[in-house]
Amino acid sequence: MAVKTANKPTKNTKKASASQSSKFTKDTYVKWYKDMLLIRKFEEKTGQLYIQQKFGGFCHLYIGQEAIVAGTASACKEGDKHMTAYRDHAHPIALGTDPRVLMAELYGRSTGCSKGKGGSMHFFDKSKGFMGGHGIVGAQIAMGAGVAFAEKYAGTDNVAFVSMGDGAVRQGALHETFNMAMNWKLPVIFIIENNNYAMGTSVERTTNVTDLSKIGLSYDMPSRAVNGMSPEAVHEAIAEAAERARKGDGPTLLDIRTYRYKGHSMSDPQKYRSKDEVAEWMEQDPIEHCLRVIK
Amino acid sequence: MRNVQFREALREAMSEEMRRDENVFLMGEEVAEYNGAYKVSQGMLDEFGPKRVIDTPIAELGFAGIAVGASMNGLRPIVEFMTWNFAILAADQIINSAAKMLQMSGGQYSCPIVFRGGNGTAGQLAATHSQSFEAFYAHVPGLKVITPSNPYDAKGLLKAAIRDNDPVVFLESEKMYGDKGDIPEGEYIIPIGVADVKRKGKDVTIVSFGKIMKVAFEAAELLAKEGIELEIIDLRTIRPIDYACVVESVKKTNRCVVLEESWPLASISSEISYHLQRYAFDYLDAPVMRVTQTDTPFAFSPTLIDEALPNVERLIKAVKQTLYRN
Repeated sequence: MAVKTANKPTKNTKKASASQSSKFTKDTYVKWYKDMLLIRKFEEKTGQLYIQQKFGGFCHLYIGQEAIVAGTASACKEGDKHMTAYRDHAHPIALGTDPRVLMAELYGRSTGCSKGKGGSMHFFDKSKGFMGGHGIVGAQIAMGAGVAFAEKYAGTDNVAFVSMGDGAVRQGALHETFNMAMNWKLPVIFIIENNNYAMGTSVERTTNVTDLSKIGLSYDMPSRAVNGMSPEAVHEAIAEAAERARKGDGPTLLDIRTYRYKGHSMSDPQKYRSKDEVAEWMEQDPIEHCLRVIK
Repeated sequence: MRNVQFREALREAMSEEMRRDENVFLMGEEVAEYNGAYKVSQGMLDEFGPKRVIDTPIAELGFAGIAVGASMNGLRPIVEFMTWNFAILAADQIINSAAKMLQMSGGQYSCPIVFRGGNGTAGQLAATHSQSFEAFYAHVPGLKVITPSNPYDAKGLLKAAIRDNDPVVFLESEKMYGDKGDIPEGEYIIPIGVADVKRKGKDVTIVSFGKIMKVAFEAAELLAKEGIELEIIDLRTIRPIDYACVVESVKKTNRCVVLEESWPLASISSEISYHLQRYAFDYLDAPVMRVTQTDTPFAFSPTLIDEALPNVERLIKAVKQTLYRN
């Protein structure tokens, strides 16, 4: 039976975006639109090919969550580093990796971004600062802080962006890392791609603290919730956090509330949520939203 | 030559490499202000400062992961675990992250990192504090595993480990930190993957590593009085194993006993035994024997410890079995 979820979509109205659009140029909207559409189409094609058994392994699609990587990509700079978990197809695309080398990786080819050694869950592109693609839930949280550690050690103003799902918040690695990242003021931004489901288990069923933006507070980490269906909101939150990190003021936790339209992986029957819930979130689709603003 | 403690040899290796390469740093519990739980890093905070000698909270998984990420991004961390028993909490980062990164990223990211600390039994510390991890980590492709048995080897191998571009598991012993040995004045490096014949002999080959080797040396002295000459091989590196050295020795002696501090199942002794029956079958005059810890969690009582650990008596008995003598 589907359960009520704490997260509700925030409306992306054209009116709201028109008022916000003064902050962002039409070029920015066009860039977001193109990036997100490319990701959406890549993922739709990936899903089709997977069903046709063109390649094997696990396959986790990013459809619905595109505004997070689009808003991050527009707010970061060259030299910044990016790391995520296994739902990793969108990040390198947003950073400019040729989708063909990603598709080659899905096919297990030596021409793939990880030479066919990594597959869907382990994309890497060093030339774009994309440091994976990691298969163990929460492991990338500590590694990402380590990436930031090296930037601070070298005295750069680069920032490490570490993405995780809402399920990873329950791993001990997160809490150990948050503690050290704050203690050492590491230039790292922790991004929860909060789609409200750890595979089939909703946030509400695994914790009493359903507002994940509060998780950082016990480490005195600046933390906030962000509308993940809005590239504008993501961009602004990322830019603010990055500025703080570049100044040497340490980490930020962003609980970016989003939704995946598809199942956890390609083999997910999605019995844990209602069609109405999915439809409600799809009404706030970030790609449609950008198109409305551009028009 | 200088006569130094094992811990001093390790400290010299780390300090020399940190002077040589700005990107090498040391992190772990109590390594800085406390000067090391076992005083391995004594004085290093004073020389290198808090940027490069870093105290961590008690969070093995977290700081191992931070080290792995730092190693992917240009640094060469040395991670000290107070003991390897506690590093079980960090096994995800060692096995799932560090060991896999170079291969999984298609060669784009390596993890030049050394994980080091006390390993094996260390007196009456009971079951959770007495485990040996050679076989655990040697099982994993992508890791290198080193177990030195004396200060000279410890320094040369640790320097090689720090310069290596792969993650290295470096297994020491609380019981060895005070051991003394001679090391040369100048710099030297011992290559990873090369075993060392610590004693020449013609009758039976003993293959061993780490602090339990002392049992072999003692047995060799006693057996020499009976006219039995042991050839003692110190593997030094457990992954990759120098199989050629072992096979060459057995071709000469035709008999082998593997002496290992840890448990028998899926152990280094079972691996060596397999390799000898496969590659030295026609040279063996007796089945390969082994002396290991008993197949139980390690106990607290001294009486039970004596029963559990390999000792001279058990080794001599095994050697004589390969010679068909009583």
